[in-house]
Amino acid sequence: MKRARVAYGGALHDAAATADDCLRLADGRIVGEADVVWLPPFEPRTIVALGLNYADHAKELAFQPLQSEPLVFLKGPNTLIGHRGATRRPADAAFMHYECELAVVIGVPARNVRRADALRHVAGYTVANDYAIRDYLENWYRPNLRVKNRDGCTAIGPWLVDAADVPDPMNLALRTLVNGRVVQQGNTRDLIHDVPALIEYLSSFMTLGAGDVILTGTPEGVVDVRPGDEVVCEIDGIGRLVNTLAGDALFGRAA
Amino acid sequence: MLTIDRSLTRLHGRAPLDAAPPAGAHAAFEPAATRTVYGTLLNHRGALAALGEAVHQPPYKAPPRAPVLYIKPANTWIGSGAPIPVPAGIGELEMGASLAVVIGSTACRVGLSDALDHVAGYTIANDVSVPHAEFYRPSIRHKCRDGFLPIGPWVTARRLVADPDALELRVFVDGHLRQRATTAELIRPIAQLLVDVTEFMTLAPGDVLLTGVPAGAPRARAGQQVAIEIDGLGRLESALVPEAELAGGAA
Repeated sequence: MKRARVAYGGALHDAAATADDCLRLADGRIVGEADVVWLPPFEPRTIVALGLNYADHAKELAFQPLQSEPLVFLKGPNTLIGHRGATRRPADAAFMHYECELAVVIGVPARNVRRADALRHVAGYTVANDYAIRDYLENWYRPNLRVKNRDGCTAIGPWLVDAADVPDPMNLALRTLVNGRVVQQGNTRDLIHDVPALIEYLSSFMTLGAGDVILTGTPEGVVDVRPGDEVVCEIDGIGRLVNTLAGDALFGRAA
Repeated sequence: MLTIDRSLTRLHGRAPLDAAPPAGAHAAFEPAATRTVYGTLLNHRGALAALGEAVHQPPYKAPPRAPVLYIKPANTWIGSGAPIPVPAGIGELEMGASLAVVIGSTACRVGLSDALDHVAGYTIANDVSVPHAEFYRPSIRHKCRDGFLPIGPWVTARRLVADPDALELRVFVDGHLRQRATTAELIRPIAQLLVDVTEFMTLAPGDVLLTGVPAGAPRARAGQQVAIEIDGLGRLESALVPEAELAGGAA
């Protein structure tokens, strides 16, 4: 089953995907995907994100040797934005890039979970686009929150796909298209720390709860995106997440 | 006489919200955090000064320009009176006393003159860490373990705090005063911190911003009692207990 949260007709709704990817609201109405405002598909609790978790991307950013311990940082709910949203690119930024990532949503609390049992704690999967603005990087708790926790800079959705419907989360092709051109490609089988390993690692020191989400990192192929660009992040079997870049003026800031 | 506004604190329904905390009820305090808790790194002048020339050298290469923030996630929150779990194999933990600013109304791109209008009140936080020397990478494993953010005991309304930039913090370990500091030493005083943070991220009602830990955070080990006082805000008390003795970790 694929679930979403949307605004429609003046109210918020839980919805499920129909066979042709329309939305069936909880009250039975069926509406088209362009007729709703898409929200993040679940209520987030703790948002965990990974850096440098694909070998090719780490190499692209000139990081070596590869770290043995996962590079983990946290994000706040202010940064999430649903499918078909607009994300601000500040006028003073020289390099802003998307990051297509498999997002893993926890369903059952996890504490000291072993790798072999880890996937039993997963509720489902969705797609995330974890934008970064490299101009704001500083070498303090890098990547710092000014890079990674900006309002509306983490698109997520459109669907939360039940874990039962994803037989092998560690073999999913993912890609990003900017204005229809493929700019980033990868496969979750190339994760340095795969989903079971991440759940085992994180749950060894923090209890993961229902609604916690792990953004697992992005492969190589990040390029600068500009206001007006349409950025589509796709993961086979999970979803196709659309986001559009917008300049300062849309957000009430002087151009 | 000063009364304490605990309207933002849930007390397991044991006391009416306008009453004084019941005697001996510390174990009943829930954490004074409900949404997202952000910490601020190196916002005390002494804490940055303690790094000396290292701030100009690799891996940092330059002192921080913008506020350096981190998150203390929900699994870390505990109330006053609840135990801090001490992981096996770790001798001592840092007791990071900080003023905690509780947001009352949506704060986005606030100005210096009205920044404090967005504050509901203030409380006390113990930003517990496994001691670590480097700040280049986020240190989730050191700062985000279960029970690593005692916060409370209650929220004191903003109108009851005349000058939040001049509050003394005191840390006691087993009853001995181990640290005194003041919020007058903040590199970014509270209003300026809110201006610089809300320039890029919106703070929502219920969010908490920790203003920063002073240099030389005292350390404590399993079996010890820690208390943090901040002028006018109360006393946040915790016992350090081996993690293995606490079934399932923090609640």
